[in-house]
Amino acid sequence: MSKWLNPRSAFGIALIAAALIALPFVAAMGGQAWVRILNFAILYVFLALGLNIVVGFAGLLDLGYIAFYAVGAYTYALLASPHFGLHWPFWTILPIGAVIACFFGVLLGSPTLKLRGDYLAIVTLGFGEIVRIFMNNLNAPVNITNGPQGITLIDPVAIGGFKFSGTTQILGYSLSGPQKYYFLLVALAILVIIINLRLQNSRIGRAWQAIREDEIAAKAVGINTRNLKLLAFAMGASFGGVAGGVFSAMQGFVSPESFSLIESIMILAMVVLGGMGHIPGVILGAVLLSILPEVLRYGVGPLQMAVFGKMLIDPESLRMLIFGLALVLVMRFKPAGLWPSPERKRELQGDA
Amino acid sequence: MDIFLQQIINGLVQGSIYALVALGYTMVYGIMGLINFAHGEVVMIGTLVTITVAGLLIKVGMPVALAGLAGLIAAILCCMALGWGLERIAYRPLRNAPRLTPLITAIGMSIVLQNLAMIIWGRNYLTFPPLLPKMDFEFAGANFTLVQVVIVLVSAATMGGLLFLVYRTKLGMAMRATSQNPAVASLMGVNINRVIAAAFVIGSALGAVAGVMVGTYYEIAHYQMGFMLGLKAFTAAVLGGIGNLAGAMLGGVLLGLIEALGAGYIGDLTGGFLGSHYQDIFAFVVLIVVLMFKPSGLFGEKTGDRA
Repeated sequence: MSKWLNPRSAFGIALIAAALIALPFVAAMGGQAWVRILNFAILYVFLALGLNIVVGFAGLLDLGYIAFYAVGAYTYALLASPHFGLHWPFWTILPIGAVIACFFGVLLGSPTLKLRGDYLAIVTLGFGEIVRIFMNNLNAPVNITNGPQGITLIDPVAIGGFKFSGTTQILGYSLSGPQKYYFLLVALAILVIIINLRLQNSRIGRAWQAIREDEIAAKAVGINTRNLKLLAFAMGASFGGVAGGVFSAMQGFVSPESFSLIESIMILAMVVLGGMGHIPGVILGAVLLSILPEVLRYGVGPLQMAVFGKMLIDPESLRMLIFGLALVLVMRFKPAGLWPSPERKRELQGDA
Repeated sequence: MDIFLQQIINGLVQGSIYALVALGYTMVYGIMGLINFAHGEVVMIGTLVTITVAGLLIKVGMPVALAGLAGLIAAILCCMALGWGLERIAYRPLRNAPRLTPLITAIGMSIVLQNLAMIIWGRNYLTFPPLLPKMDFEFAGANFTLVQVVIVLVSAATMGGLLFLVYRTKLGMAMRATSQNPAVASLMGVNINRVIAAAFVIGSALGAVAGVMVGTYYEIAHYQMGFMLGLKAFTAAVLGGIGNLAGAMLGGVLLGLIEALGAGYIGDLTGGFLGSHYQDIFAFVVLIVVLMFKPSGLFGEKTGDRA
């Protein structure tokens, strides 16, 4: 921590802090929709950092990460909505969601951790699909998840008497609902980033790294690989669970559609494209990949109108087409990700 | 009993489609050790190309059977070109990159292909032209159609052809050598690039055949159809032991059978608690259970922990 005290870093941190505080107000100039996009970007940072623990630190390819997000989201939705008539407070449910997601992580991890590489990937993928299919169908004979319609009217976050939905006046400024959520999300994201940074340099983090690089060697030097891999799964899962809870409160609505395989894949893409295992890289990847489709959404249509004078191609598919191409091109020219950790970069250059 | 037999037949048909698609995954995996996530989209393109070509030819008055054949050939050629292009664009430049990098380019290509298909063919469901006459057979109380018979026969023949190619030809020998050890194979004069490209092209051709069969069977096609099909087929390939040709075939057929029987009986087994809409979870539950006991699939070779 001591290196943070030198004036240059202190200045940098102050700059970042000022930018983070100003951002929602700048975004609001383009409309509240942009603040919401910003919020989702931070939520994805949260998720990507959670997955980074599993994939980046411990080197376990997890293609079903969204399942834990779903578990957290549904836990919150069920305990704070008229669906069961329960309205528990946010801060009670969040840990419950984390614990339940963690339980699912262990449930998935314990029988499958002896699998290697791609076999693990497909099993986690299958697990994600199973969770989604159950959410889709658990409305009969006992209605638990309300099936494909999902659960609506979920309580927004409220701390004490302070509600996060609707506009409030603070110190003469009016803050919209999304802007308030923004600050909550930033606070949570900073917490997660700190946890991640501390984890990375801890005994556990270094053990994960050892497992990632060579499992047999790690075992030989006395690392309990099974328990540590399970721990990685459990921690990643509980982060996912917390993110899910926040998502569900912010959105006020959950349905199985939000938790499809493509979401898992997108989060993995954020981790890999940013720079696996490198925290700043993962943050960059998450922000870029969550903002890019939205920027394209607003950019592609008008651009076509300007160039051709009419809509030649359905903007929705065109934007995803560009998005897919961007994924391919970035990975082609930056195979280790946009911002890989220095060690990883060295390794790659050494290989070539 | 007749339900049982009926579901066996349905499962066999669905399973042979899975098997053909699974072969595409397993060939690429066996040689390069990477999951070609875009393979499902190749199958989808195969189906849609057939709809366009066969539909057009039928409209200008060509006999249905001939138009169907032309559609099939067009689909195979298109998919072969696509497979070749995929390898060149998304995989070859990344052969020495970190392991997860080609996975992300594959996902990118899959998104690109899906949206390209949506731009070309639109977002609506398309009806597949009926290429085979409607004929029903009955056997021991179970019904099956001509389409089903043809699907099983064609996929058996295609797989036979593939086995011949891999085990009896020079190219096949080169492929097997490359999958064992690319470096040594190249020292023996095998052109690795050509072999890998061949694996993609052949796998895509099989995918095209499967795509046409899916279209004829369900009589409907959509730009998103490749995703779930690819996922199931990949599951089948892993179930059988990925990288193993016989494993992919048996895994595919097995998966089809399990799904059909599961969908037929789950209601009775759980006293009506779980209905047939849980069909899709069987594939994954069986996969997880099998891998718990046989970590490298049913027929996968036991790999050491470190090469």
